[in-house]
Amino acid sequence: MKTIKVDYIARVEGEGALRIRFKGSEVRDVELRIFEPPRFFEAFLRGRSYLEAPDLTARICGICPVAYQMSACAAMEDAIGVGIESGLRALRTLLYCGEWIESHTLHMFLLHAPDFLHYPDATTMARDHREMVARGLRIKKAGNALVRVVGGREVHPINVCVGGFYRAPYRSELEALIPELTAARDDALIAAEWMATFDFPEFSRDYELVAIRGEREYPFMGRRIVSNKGLNLDVHQYDATFVEAQVPYSNALHSSVKGRGSYLCGPLSRFSLNFDLLSDAAREAARRARIPVPCLNPYKSILVRAVEVIHALEEAIRIIGQFETPAESCVETNARAGIGYGCTEAPRGLLYHRYSLDGDGLIRDAKIVPPTSQNQKAIEEDLMALAPRMVAAAHGEATAMAEHAIRNYDPCISCATHFLDLTMEQE
Amino acid sequence: MPQRPRKRKPRLAVWKFASCDGCQLSLLDCEDELLAISEQVQIANFAEASSARMKGPYDLSLVEGSITTAHDAQRIQEVRRASRYLVTIGACATAGGVQALRNFGNTKEFASIVYATPEYISTLDRSTPVAAHVRVDFELRGCPINKAQLLEVASAFLDGRLPAIPAHPVCVECKLRGTICLMVARGVPCLGPITHAGCGAICPAYARGCYGCYGPSDSPNAASLMREWSRRGATRGEIVRVLRTFNAAAEPFAAVSKVYEDDQG
Repeated sequence: MKTIKVDYIARVEGEGALRIRFKGSEVRDVELRIFEPPRFFEAFLRGRSYLEAPDLTARICGICPVAYQMSACAAMEDAIGVGIESGLRALRTLLYCGEWIESHTLHMFLLHAPDFLHYPDATTMARDHREMVARGLRIKKAGNALVRVVGGREVHPINVCVGGFYRAPYRSELEALIPELTAARDDALIAAEWMATFDFPEFSRDYELVAIRGEREYPFMGRRIVSNKGLNLDVHQYDATFVEAQVPYSNALHSSVKGRGSYLCGPLSRFSLNFDLLSDAAREAARRARIPVPCLNPYKSILVRAVEVIHALEEAIRIIGQFETPAESCVETNARAGIGYGCTEAPRGLLYHRYSLDGDGLIRDAKIVPPTSQNQKAIEEDLMALAPRMVAAAHGEATAMAEHAIRNYDPCISCATHFLDLTMEQE
Repeated sequence: MPQRPRKRKPRLAVWKFASCDGCQLSLLDCEDELLAISEQVQIANFAEASSARMKGPYDLSLVEGSITTAHDAQRIQEVRRASRYLVTIGACATAGGVQALRNFGNTKEFASIVYATPEYISTLDRSTPVAAHVRVDFELRGCPINKAQLLEVASAFLDGRLPAIPAHPVCVECKLRGTICLMVARGVPCLGPITHAGCGAICPAYARGCYGCYGPSDSPNAASLMREWSRRGATRGEIVRVLRTFNAAAEPFAAVSKVYEDDQG
């Protein structure tokens, strides 16, 4: 019996382990075990006010707090029957653009690119590719600046509330960002061309791609969830369509499409299902990088992220150009009993929140489904498909292959409940 | 000028326990400084950023997250043994974090709400700060920490001096920033008078009362502030909730929240 074991996979957000068992050259099973300690958000949210959900759920993830705030707001506003006017919605999109830019850039330059170029980390990579790493850091900084101006700070922004914002940013504050955002867009265009020269493994699977379908804009927020295999539902039908199951080896729940199996959310899905809604420059960058539509090669997710960064930068510049300070920074909200459903596109994919409120606006029940739980089954299946290549490879190379395959998804294990510990067993 | 003898680069390690990753992300958010830091400091263990890991001892360990499992209670002992200085970063490592809300409830019930088969889940009944387990050389507060303060603390320890991190309340930062007092001028309930400075008084500058994410300041009078909140119409439930967020288990937030909870019947 052959056992290959690695302590953990680095450059992911969270703690996890991987075990692959072989019989001969056949794979028996793959277990992606997430041992990030559970923090019980859905439990302690009970009894809290609907107004507290954006700040409390933001703490699920320091990498994508805006996503949690946006999904929580969407669900709460649905529960209490409040609509947000277009000016405030544009401000939310602007804040979300900032998060996509900083989160994607962190992953592309600091976590994922080193896989393609065989470095342990970005600072080592910077010895040979300093200019590109510096470019990445500049783009990331521009994204963070946007989050800071609209949200108050980069991690766990303070300015978001159910109904809108505590204070709308001043026009002058936003306009001051334009030069940095424009320079970042130019940096991102160059980065996309550089990343397109990476060596991409031949790999694709027949994924069910699931994402929000934008009405007029590439989706950050929305209610309509679609797939390339015929799903087309409103967010309130989420629980009737998808199911979460607990597995004994993991602290993260696994999602699947009822009666059908695994699915994929995130950049590949958004891109494949909303290509027509990307900005002209983003579409052009995708063509130059030769990304197919639909894109079914998860290794190319780094290119898709680059395209989404270009789009988010252009979208941010557009929104700021048209910005007019809203009359009220927040719509009035009043507590009422009800159930609310909300979903938005976190950088890693669909983030679903559902809350049931009592007449005082206190949470009776909460359900949160982060993108990494939804993708976990698909990640395991990718590893299963790669296993024959891993068996044939030397131990170190096999581990690198497994880690790379997992990092394709930018898994946020803190969200899903972090490190990877690879065990390969040969019976 | 005489040249100082070449010393080996100091070794920095970053460790994660139960947390959201936001505080260690603050280090990667130092976009202007990151490459310079990596040239002057040996980043010996930082799993979120690098696959390369060096064994200890480490000159400085930054610890994020609270202790919530038996395994982590052991692991923090190992981190302490391998570290010359150990600094906790953020509300989780310093006060137990938002996950310490379980300390006021029933963890078994909590697990059964989130998981169909809670038996698979291994967790402690309480989320505790790092200082409850090992000696801590400095506690940097905040949910999340302020990255400028992180750079100050890390460079202070690596240079062998005390970090300049004031323990006064957020009110002082509002005055320094020139923000008009929300509570006095507009009647907005604010935790600023009892909350540790460090954020730069962001919330009041955004027309929002401080919500206490940096935890208690040095000798705060939480009971008095809450009487004022109460006089201005805050319900007992609201007061319990506002004190029980990201630093719920920190005294005196915990003690005062308990008084209002008991009074609720």
